[in-house]
Amino acid sequence: MKKLQQATFACLAGVGMMAGTALAQAPAPAATQDPVAKDLVFNNRKGNCLACHGMPTVPDAVATGLYGPPLIAMSARYPDKAKLRAQIWNAMAANPATTMPPFGKHGVLTEAEIDKVTDFIYGL
Amino acid sequence: MKPTTITKCLAGALALGAAFASASTLASPEEDREAFVKYYAAKLPNVKFEDYVYGALALDAGSKAQYDAIMEFPPFDSQVEAGRKMWETPLKSGKKYADCLPNGGKNIAGNYPMFDEAKGKVVTLHDAINDCRIANGEEAYKLNDMKNLGTLTAYMRTLSDGMRMNIKVDGPKALEAFNDGKKTFFSRKGQLNFACASCHVQNGGNYLRSELISPALGHAVHWPVFRGGDTLVTLQQRYTGCFSQVRAVPPPQGSTTMNNLEYFHSYISNGLPLKASVFRK
Ligand code: HEC
Ligand code: HEC
Repeated sequence: MKKLQQATFACLAGVGMMAGTALAQAPAPAATQDPVAKDLVFNNRKGNCLACHGMPTVPDAVATGLYGPPLIAMSARYPDKAKLRAQIWNAMAANPATTMPPFGKHGVLTEAEIDKVTDFIYGL
Repeated sequence: MKPTTITKCLAGALALGAAFASASTLASPEEDREAFVKYYAAKLPNVKFEDYVYGALALDAGSKAQYDAIMEFPPFDSQVEAGRKMWETPLKSGKKYADCLPNGGKNIAGNYPMFDEAKGKVVTLHDAINDCRIANGEEAYKLNDMKNLGTLTAYMRTLSDGMRMNIKVDGPKALEAFNDGKKTFFSRKGQLNFACASCHVQNGGNYLRSELISPALGHAVHWPVFRGGDTLVTLQQRYTGCFSQVRAVPPPQGSTTMNNLEYFHSYISNGLPLKASVFRK
């Protein structure tokens, strides 16, 4: 299972790179972001964060859901990055009634992927 | 699952507010149903009780107008018509479905699922149709046989249009089945860790990506649906889709878990009028 996840990750990283090439030609987004991380955040087989969160500073984060609050000014709101990571790893720790999936605890994302996603979100 | 765990699921994990906190302790099915009605009356004050039969469409005038237009000349009419022919064709015994179902098969869909004391379990309308087939020399249809069982029920359920959902929970065994369905509805499952209630109670009326989420109230009255206008989907197939969506392994259709879920879930819609078959996107 771990191996499979890593293989998927490797493939994804590949896709991410390609997306990166395409993005490189596009006008620079508001915040400069790691395209691999961005793909993890956007991809509906991975983080799929847009299903629930708006990202007002990311121009192509469109048609986002409203289950969760918009993710904005995160470094100001989470001075301790570890807290942000913990929220993504298992949102139930802070709020047992949350609908946010426990991305780390349930292995939806690998530890390395969570790090990348945390960096991306921290930059919003 | 122990009762205390259920209490936690309902009151703690889902935090559905005072209505459900009280419903979770020693609630009767009727108290559960009233809790759903009250919860949604407060959450979606502009939706009339009767309009819950429209699911997410009740929350979006544009989609509802599109639905109304499609329902004027439903693209699935010919499939319902094919179902009528099946309904009227005699079985091997020479009898018809109308001869072996209660009340000639009319105005009965809202009584299902029902708890069958003799069998000691919940039977769905599909089970009743299959029992009728077996008693009359035919083989049971598979529950996922949309060409036959799906088409037949798409017509058969129109004979109950306007009937109010009327599920009964009488006796301790029926209550056990009801509570088992309730447990399934409120328990988190799958890698993504959702309960049915996470979406259809906590987030009914909210957006998941661009998808407007329907309230659980009224969920069970309008099946089967024709998705995209021509693809027939039964209620338990829809459950299967929602289980898969949260990366949980769906229990087999017709299993005790699914039938008990349908029993609980249909009870919640008691008092709402049935309408078959309808369009969904
Ligand atoms: C199915 C819904 C859902 C998905 C998918 C989801 N979240 Fe959430 N998220 C929520 C909800 C609801 C909250 C509100 C707090 C709570 O319920 O605990 C939240 C809260 C948060 C918070 C805290 C926000 C604040 O204002 O303090 C962060 C950070 C966050 N989510 C990040 C993410 C990231 C990153 C992803 C994707 C990897 C993600 N979420 C995916 C539902 C979701
Ligand atoms: C992660 C979110 C989510 C979860 C969890 C979920 N569903 Fe759904 N469900 C949806 C979406 C999205 C739709 C399609 C839009 C709509 O009609 O709500 C839907 C539709 C339905 C419908 C059809 C409504 C109609 O009128 O066409 C039924 C019935 C249903 N779900 C039952 C369930 C049951 C039972 C469970 C638990 C086993 C469940 N759902 C879990 C998201 C979810």
